[in-house]
Amino acid sequence: MQTFGEGKTMRLVAENLSGERGGEPVFEDIDFSVEEGESLVVTGPNGSGKSTLLRVIAGFLPAAGGSVRIAEGGEAFPSIASACHYLGHQNAMKTALTVGENLAFWRRFSGGGRFEIAAALDAVGLGGIGHLPFGYLSTGQRRRAAIAKLLVSHRPVWLLDEPTAGLDKSSEDRFADLMKAHCTGGGIVVAATHLPLGLARAKTLDMGARN
Amino acid sequence: MLALYLRDLKLGVRAGGGALTGVIFFLAVIATIPFGVGPDLNLLARIGPAILWIGALLASLLGLDRLFQAEREDGSLDLLVLNGDRHMLAFTVFIKCLAHWTVSVLPLVVASPLLGLFMNMTPAGIGATALTLLVGTPAITFIGAAGAAVAVALPRGGLLISVLVLPITIPALIFGVSASYGAVNDPDPFLQPFLILAALTLFLAVIGPLAAALALRHSGD
Repeated sequence: MQTFGEGKTMRLVAENLSGERGGEPVFEDIDFSVEEGESLVVTGPNGSGKSTLLRVIAGFLPAAGGSVRIAEGGEAFPSIASACHYLGHQNAMKTALTVGENLAFWRRFSGGGRFEIAAALDAVGLGGIGHLPFGYLSTGQRRRAAIAKLLVSHRPVWLLDEPTAGLDKSSEDRFADLMKAHCTGGGIVVAATHLPLGLARAKTLDMGARN
Repeated sequence: MLALYLRDLKLGVRAGGGALTGVIFFLAVIATIPFGVGPDLNLLARIGPAILWIGALLASLLGLDRLFQAEREDGSLDLLVLNGDRHMLAFTVFIKCLAHWTVSVLPLVVASPLLGLFMNMTPAGIGATALTLLVGTPAITFIGAAGAAVAVALPRGGLLISVLVLPITIPALIFGVSASYGAVNDPDPFLQPFLILAALTLFLAVIGPLAAALALRHSGD
């Protein structure tokens, strides 16, 4: 296992991170450091600030205090925004376009293509439905298509906000395997989820216990 | 970036894109004017360029509220902002404006010669008005994008956008109409107002997307 002292491994570091929503502090003084191959599972009851934390990390919300940054990202990933995928509550897919067109767009727009569209759809168990309009899919299928979006372009850090909402058991397992494979390949997963990831190097951050 | 342009074109022309609402509104406005003004052909020909410009201006403000709101509702806006390191957000906005203009506003320019006939305009006047619309309407879209970005989080921001943007589009209207008149009324100049109109478009093509990008970055919640 690599150590922090080497200074070569990419890390996602938060120091005294505080977040607020509409002037109300949601969480304060969060510290964590997640390095390549590790994952951070953010748990806590509703309203404990899981989503806000992820949005602060992604940079959509300004941090009320402290900082969060990518360390040792190298030239390819100088900032968090360039290094991360964000999967929020919405799927960021257009209902009027087909699943394939949606994925092809994000693949070209985000760059760093890794999986082909068909391969990514196969990986989430949606093989052969790339030609259907996204609007025709069920909730679970939409979620799986959005997960395929994480695969079509490479980003080392995955920020996942309730990624398994609407998924059935077998899809959850398949997604857990995808997250494991991502971590094994040197990725970082930060997930607000209750799903046990089954990862050897998973850290947990309980937002509920802090407040 | 081409991918974004093509995606927005596809979204615009497919069901629910609402690309044709602008043209239909434009048609409705222009077709109503002769009934209101009366059958005075000379009067219609005289006010024709102005009416066409006002109609096109209002019609091109119609679809602007969906420019970023649709992206925000399905979460795409987050990812567009997130990719700001790869594609400068202002440039992303610029491309979205171009796509919006192609789908929603270019049809107005194409329809304007036909509607010019309704107003008993001369061929030279029709040509000049279509040309000034072609050059001037992008300015409306670019600055409209800034308004759309400011109002992106508001559920019914459409009217607010129009009210915010309309004063800033007045210079484009003034120079567009005066260039159109310059083409038909002999002593009036055509080239000078036309060039100022072109300059306005270029100016707003920079200012609009930059302002919109700034507003979008700070609209996060």
